[in-house]
Amino acid sequence: MSVKKRAKDLTLLERIYIPEIIKGLALTLKTMFRPKYTMEYPEEKFVPPPSYRGRPVLVLDENNEERCVACGLCSRVCPSLAIDIQASETEREKERYPERFEINMLRCIFCGLCEEVCPEEAIVMSKDYEMAFSNRENAIFGKDKLLVPVSQLKDRIEFLRSYK
Amino acid sequence: MDIWITIGFTLIKMLVIIVIMFLSVAYLVYFERKISAWVQDRLGPNRVGWKGALQPFADVFKLVLKEDIVPDAANKPIHTIAPVIALFIAFSTYAVIPFGPSLEIFGYTVSLVVADVNIGILYVLALTSIGVYAITLAGWSSGSKYSLLGGIRSSAQMISYEVSMGFSVAGVLLLSESLRPIAIVETQGAWLWNAWIQPIGFITFLVSAFAETNRLPFDLPEAEPELVGGFHTEYSSLKFAAFFLAEYANMLIASALIVTLYFGGYNIPFIDINSIGLAPWLAVAAQVAAFVGKVVFMLFFFLWVRWTIPRFRYDQLMNLGWKVMFPLSLLNLLWVAALIMIFKM
Repeated sequence: MSVKKRAKDLTLLERIYIPEIIKGLALTLKTMFRPKYTMEYPEEKFVPPPSYRGRPVLVLDENNEERCVACGLCSRVCPSLAIDIQASETEREKERYPERFEINMLRCIFCGLCEEVCPEEAIVMSKDYEMAFSNRENAIFGKDKLLVPVSQLKDRIEFLRSYK
Repeated sequence: MDIWITIGFTLIKMLVIIVIMFLSVAYLVYFERKISAWVQDRLGPNRVGWKGALQPFADVFKLVLKEDIVPDAANKPIHTIAPVIALFIAFSTYAVIPFGPSLEIFGYTVSLVVADVNIGILYVLALTSIGVYAITLAGWSSGSKYSLLGGIRSSAQMISYEVSMGFSVAGVLLLSESLRPIAIVETQGAWLWNAWIQPIGFITFLVSAFAETNRLPFDLPEAEPELVGGFHTEYSSLKFAAFFLAEYANMLIASALIVTLYFGGYNIPFIDINSIGLAPWLAVAAQVAAFVGKVVFMLFFFLWVRWTIPRFRYDQLMNLGWKVMFPLSLLNLLWVAALIMIFKM
């Protein structure tokens, strides 16, 4: 930053004020024809970077199986008590799976602690930020809405692996 | 018989002027919003109609639907009459400003000005002085301190700047030796415009015009951060719309007046239209287009300045008005007098 000028330091040309006004006008005129930064939202959507914490989702791996083993850590760590899990047993190698997995999106504060604590990389924050509901029941997301194939979450998982 | 034709032509001219004024004021609001957006790297209204072109009508429609609230502490008759005064002044001042030379229609000579009176400039000055009452009364009758402060500021500001405005106009009148707007336009000719002949007077008039129309470097009567809405804090619905329209209509009048007094009115720059040999109606059309073009540029200048220069402090405003603008306009008067002595003796 330059040294602050006081009124007594101004030259005559600056005191007349009109050249300075013309400078200002030139600047605004130049700005008027610059490209605009506005994104026209509903038509043009924002694609967040991998560091973005959007709606938490459950990962479906390559074999179309959920990664979650229903350990309950995310539910435990969740500061706003948004996650509700009912564990159950399965014949598969993992032995456990969530019978019911619900995230109350009215409670979720997008802190990402569930993602951080998950030992299986099974719950991650997606890039989805469009979550409007018309009633409270719709805001409770069950497994049908939460399960997302791993192919859609590649860059977030990569981000987690390199920075977590 | 002849008088009826004259009255008929006058009525047609009035109708055309009022319709054009309403439309241009509507689009002035639109372009104000657009230009403010462009200056700030935004896009501006673009949802209603093509590129937001129907936005002004949506705005007015919204204001019509609003509830008209009058505060309990208000003086109701005056509170009601103030916006009417503002609107009346804004739309009647334009009557004397010529927008083209005279035109031959079916053998009748029609001058393209609603009222070709020989005291036109005096009429404009008188009416704009009455315009102060609208704002002062609005501020006083609202029964609110913010409104009152806005009204007081406005009367002080307008009275101070009217002095230098009057003296700047006196310079123009000395040169043209007439108060008739058409005569002033004719004496300026194709390139000998008052803006070049008396630049100091032009600048003082321009600055005073900004102050008289309450535009941004001088919009103290409605300084939002200090006075909420200034004199129209307590106005809603159509009464607010009236003030809003009047403000923009005043801008239009100020631009037209600056063009008439200092930019040669409907004269086309550097071209003597009568020597080219165009068809008469084409020449008139070209001159009207020149006038409209100049007014549009002045309006753009008003908007441009508004979004560039920050608001003055109140004491700075008064200092500028009395200690700078007033002596400068007197100096300009001397300069014009000297010019007349040298060149016309």
